[in-house]
Parts: sequence; structure tokens; C-alpha cells
Amino acid sequence: MSRKLRATALAGVLALAVSGCGGVGGGGKDSGGTAAKGTLSTMGFGLSDEIASTRVDAFKRDHPDVDLKITEGSFDEQQFLSAVASGNPPDLVYMDRKLIGTYATRGSIQPLTDCIEKQNIDMAQYRPAAKDQVTLDGTVYGIPEFSSVRVLYLNESLLKDAGLTAADVNLADWAGLPALNAKLAHVSGGRLDRIGIDPKIPEFLPMWARANGVDMISQDGRTARLDDPKVVEALTTGLKLVQDQGGFGRFKSFRDTFDFFGAQNPLVKKQIVAWPMEEWFLNQASKNSPKAELVVKPFVDRQGKPLTMSSGQAWVITKGAKNPDAACAFAKQMTATDTWLAAAKARADARKAAGQPFTGVWTGNVEADKKIFDELYQPTGNKRFDDAVATIRSVQDVAFAMPASPAGAEFDKAWYDAVNRVLAGQAQPAEALARAQQEATAALDKAAK
Amino acid sequence: MATTVSAPAPSAPAPGRRRRPSLARREARWAWLFLAPWIVGFLVFQAGPMIASAWLSLTEYDVINPPEYTGLDNYRELMADPQVARALGNTVYYTALHVPLVMVISLGLALLLKRVGRLQGFFRTVFYLPVMTPAVAVGILFLLLLNTQDGLINRGLALVGIDGPSWTTDPHWVMPGIVLMSLWSLGSTVIIYLAALQNVPRDLYEAASIDGAGGWARFRHVTLPMISGALFFTLIVNTIASLQMFTEVYTMYFGNRETQNRFNSDAATFYVIHLFQEAFQFLHMGYASAMAWLLFLIIMVITLVQVKLSNRFVYYEGEDK
Repeated sequence: MSRKLRATALAGVLALAVSGCGGVGGGGKDSGGTAAKGTLSTMGFGLSDEIASTRVDAFKRDHPDVDLKITEGSFDEQQFLSAVASGNPPDLVYMDRKLIGTYATRGSIQPLTDCIEKQNIDMAQYRPAAKDQVTLDGTVYGIPEFSSVRVLYLNESLLKDAGLTAADVNLADWAGLPALNAKLAHVSGGRLDRIGIDPKIPEFLPMWARANGVDMISQDGRTARLDDPKVVEALTTGLKLVQDQGGFGRFKSFRDTFDFFGAQNPLVKKQIVAWPMEEWFLNQASKNSPKAELVVKPFVDRQGKPLTMSSGQAWVITKGAKNPDAACAFAKQMTATDTWLAAAKARADARKAAGQPFTGVWTGNVEADKKIFDELYQPTGNKRFDDAVATIRSVQDVAFAMPASPAGAEFDKAWYDAVNRVLAGQAQPAEALARAQQEATAALDKAAK
Repeated sequence: MATTVSAPAPSAPAPGRRRRPSLARREARWAWLFLAPWIVGFLVFQAGPMIASAWLSLTEYDVINPPEYTGLDNYRELMADPQVARALGNTVYYTALHVPLVMVISLGLALLLKRVGRLQGFFRTVFYLPVMTPAVAVGILFLLLLNTQDGLINRGLALVGIDGPSWTTDPHWVMPGIVLMSLWSLGSTVIIYLAALQNVPRDLYEAASIDGAGGWARFRHVTLPMISGALFFTLIVNTIASLQMFTEVYTMYFGNRETQNRFNSDAATFYVIHLFQEAFQFLHMGYASAMAWLLFLIIMVITLVQVKLSNRFVYYEGEDK
């Protein structure tokens, strides 16, 4: 064997050894995959709290050879596209999961098949709804994190005033909702002082449609079903609740004055009785109004079965990423069970130090959620909030998500516009949704070409 | 002993020796040098992107993949696109409401300011301050002011027995609400008019008064012609700005991922907002480029018409008419 050949063989063996045997933190027992080094740039992510900073610190600790450059701030389409167009995209982007289908179809983000294989990422650890949102045509394009779900919040004090209990609020009985709404809402002299039931449309229309037994888009994200009579019925039901409370103008302007993040939240100010909302409000309520008479129930379908819609973020690796291996290692570690547990502990400690209750972190990782709530979470002692946490935990397992779609942005615009036209009184539900169906189908067809 | 020094006789420059440039030429070189930053800026940041967008308007381009030449398809598509027609209609409607209102109110305020006397400086600053407010802040501020139930505007109307409209949700009132908001920053037009009014020679008013002209006649036949240059300038500038309206409305109705997922109105979809959505949300950059060129053409035609008409109405000092 010539000297040159021997040197090449040696270099090859060394390279294999380095790449194949490096200890990469997925953290703990499930680590593996290739070593990360070099410069790693991210976009769309910020170190705004202990959940973010603890996880980033864990990555830095386990990957000292990676020079991590985090461009802080929310995901910005213009910033991202400019970076892609200039041929200098960041390695890793943190974005809303619902954007993934569009960017995957355009080829601006990479399939993660190799990443998952090389880094030995266990996709089974992520919640199915989260996985659906990062998977297009069977290929995974993002590593998901967080699972924000929607539950029904009730102000029990106001229910009592109306001679009702939380059990009387039955979202399965659509026919009975207007009468219930009339008992709860307070409209006098054309002025809305208290919302009875807020259907939260347009945002939650997919959940109302699902409750009525239909998905607004097919599971592969390629066929719109906006003109389905069940979607029309869902929109009509929501619209009726709004119209009965003085019309959308009054309804929205009253709702716009709510401060969900402060001590003067609508729960305290008795401005709303029943409303579906993301689980994060429980955090705010427990911090700002621990004495409020809050009851949290699952949103239910028309058969009374619990139902919720999930959303969240994901890490994606860009086309043209200069350091995809480090990007993959980062995504793996940020979403690994042990990393989440450390972050949740940091949050719990911070809350304890501030004298505030810790209501958990919903990570999108099944195992991490289980460990956080089995090992770390301590009941607050306030039965209302403890029951609420249990409710939120229970609905995580029945969550669905809007699937990744190649024309996700256009699809969303089509149905949002339809609902907005209906709310503004410009069209009837069936007419507006028929138009939205046409617009969405045209966009989906175009994206499929 | 006398030494005679004679000046060298002028002679043709030796081969290879350069003639000293004339003063005019030297000045021209300096002028070019000083102009160079602007010229480079114009070529790189204006002409370059314009040429690029003209090319992109003939392609299907999503920013991510290479552009694909499609000829005039984008232009054909946008001519048939009802959303483009609606956005254009909204924009023209806004311009037709906004520009005359801004000009009339600004002129009224400038006339009042001229009479204020010693406090003029203070009021000039007060009127101009809103112009300094960031457009995003203006958008958010007016969302609160225009709130149907608790907004200051409807509360004010209620004091005089008027049940205010739903400014931000009723399609018929969305545009008037936006026009109301746009009046917030008319300070720059006021300042321009005030400067023009102060330049009107006093003796013209005196002569008109001697001739028996009343207040209205002096305004109609002295003031207006003498400030017609400023009026024309603000007409052009405000028209162009109105046709390109974006930031405040985007903040109010489409501002961020949160608000754009809630309520926005067809009535608030301006042309540039629709263009922005096509370019950056739906990744139709070629189509958006065609939209940009259509807007450019519309603005150019409107401006040309205004310039043509101005020959009949605008008086510039020193010109004979």
C-alpha cells in the first residue's frame, strides 16, 4: 500500500470515527448521531425566558465546538426570504408549524430524513398532532416543539349570578347555545357589557368544524372542504352567538378592550362568561388573579367528546444551510426530554422565587410532558387551577392540528376572509365559504403543479 | 547688468504631456464627484431594483427557486384578478377622500396659523409633532380611538347625541375611519402652506384692498394663485403617498401574525397591502412585481395628468402668463 493511500485510508477512518462516534447531546440516554461543530446560525428565535435560555445553555454546554449565533426576534417572512434570496440563509429557522407546508413545497427548507436518521431522533416522542403539522407527503420537514391547546374557560361567579353552574354550559348542544348565551350575555341600550359565549371565530372555526365532524382541509393538506355543509353550520352557529350580542361591531370593540395579561383581566372585570382559548391563559390567570372563580372544561364535539386544536412552533433547516449537522443536533437537543425537563425546572424555580404558581409547560414531547407533570409539577393548592391543569393535560391526547399544506398561507387567507365577510355582514356563511372554497382550491391546485 | 526674463512662448503641448483642464471642466469633475454618492445610490438602490422587478414581473418567481419566464402572464392574470380590482378600488377611493380633505384642512390651518402672531412657532411645532409619530404607533392609537363602544371618537359623538358607527368592522365605515386616521399627520402639508403664505407679498393684498377687493376676493385672486405652486406640489406628493398607503393600515388590520389571524376587512385591503401579501406571504414575487409596475404606471399617468392640468392653474413667480 503506498504511503499516499495509507494516509487517505487513515484520514477516512479518523473522519468516520469523529463523525460516527461523537457524543451528541440529545441529552441523556437517547443521545447519539454525529458530532456538531462549526458556526450555527438561527433565525426566528429569542432568549426571552428561562424555557429558551436553559435549553440553549444545555446545547452550548454539550457542544462547546459550536459557535452559536442566535439572531433574536420572531420569525419574519421578509427577513427569511431576503436571506434565502441573497444565498445566505441561516442554518436553522424557528417558525410557526403552519408555515412549513408552504416553505417545504417551495424547497426553501430541507427534508429532515437524513437528519433524523443521523441524529437518531425518535419521532415517536412528539405528539401526533405536532408531527402532522411538520410532515408533508410523508416527509418530515421540522422538529416540533410546544403544543398549545384550546380549552373552555368559564367564570363561575357569573354563572352563579345567572343561576347556572359549569355543568349547564354544554357546548355539545348547539341548538341550546343561543338560549344559554342570552342568559349569560349582558346587552343594554345597544351596549354590550358582558360577553356570554365567545365562539372565537375566525380563529377557532377549524375546531368548531371538527366538533361538527368535518376537517376544513384533507389530511394531506391538498383538498379544501370549506364549503362542506357542516363547516357552514359551524360558522352559522358561531355567527348567531355574535349577532345576538349586539352584532360584530359591538362584540369586537368590547373584546378589543380586554387585557388578558394583566390583573384587570376579563375574568376579574367580569366581562366574559364562557370562552374557548389557548391554555396559556391559565398561566396568566394563576399569576394575576389567583382568587378568580375560574373553571376550565374541555371543548367538546357535538357528541360531548373532548376535542382540542393544537398549534406550536418547529425547527427547520434551510436549503443552503452551511452547517446542517449542527442545526440538526440543535433541533434534537432543544426538543429532547431531558432538555425540556431542565427548562421546566428552571421555570418552576423562577415561579417559586416570584411567589407564583407553576402550571406546567406543554412541550409537544409526550415523554417530556409526562415527566414534567409526574415529577416536577406540584399542585398549587388552589383546586380550581389544579383541576384546570388536569383538564389541559387530558385534552393534549385528543388534539388535532391543521395539517401541513403546500398552499397553507393562501388556504388560511381564503377561510379567514370568508369568516370576516360573514362577520362584517357582507355575505351569508354558505356564500362566503363557497367563494373561499374556490379561492383555496385554486391556490392548492396551483401549488400542486 | 540687466537680466531679462522672458515668459516662455506658448507652444503646443509636448507629446504625452496633458493640457491643464479648464475651470469649467474642473468644476464639472468636482460636481460629478459630489454627485457620485447619489448616482451610485440611485443606480444600486433604485434603478437596479426597478430593472430587476421589471424582469421579475415577466416571470414566475417565488424568491426561493430561479425565476421562470412566463411572458405577460402575470399582467393578464392581474387584470382578471378580482382581489386586485378591489384593492385598487379601495386605494383610489381613499385617495379621492384623503387628498382633497388634507389640502383643504391644511390650508385652513395654515391660514389660521399665519394670523397667530408670536405664538406661531409654538403652534407650528404642535401641528408638526404628529408627523414625527411612528406610523405603527398611529395605527394602534387609532384602533383605540375608533373603538365602537369605548373609543374617544364615538364617545365624543355620543355627547352630541350621535350613535357612532363601527369604524373598524362595518365595511361602509372602515375607509372613512382610515381617512380620519390619515389626517393625524397633515402637519407637513400645513407647514408647506404656511411657508407659501408667508411668501405672498403684502403689497399685493394692499393693492387688492385699494381696488376694493374683500376678504374672499383677496383669497381667491391673490392668495390662491400665489400659493398655487405649493398647492400643486402637495397635490402630487399626497396623491402618490395615498396610492402607496401601507404602514398604518397594515398595522391596524393585518399587523402581525396575531392580528392578521383575527379580523381584517376587505374594505381595508389597499393595493400595496395586497401586493405585500402576494410577495411575502404567498411567495408570488413575480406577480407582485407586475402589481408594482401597474401601480407605477397608474401613478405616472395620474401625475402626468396633474402636471398637464397644472399648466393652466399653477403660477410660478417670474413666469409670464
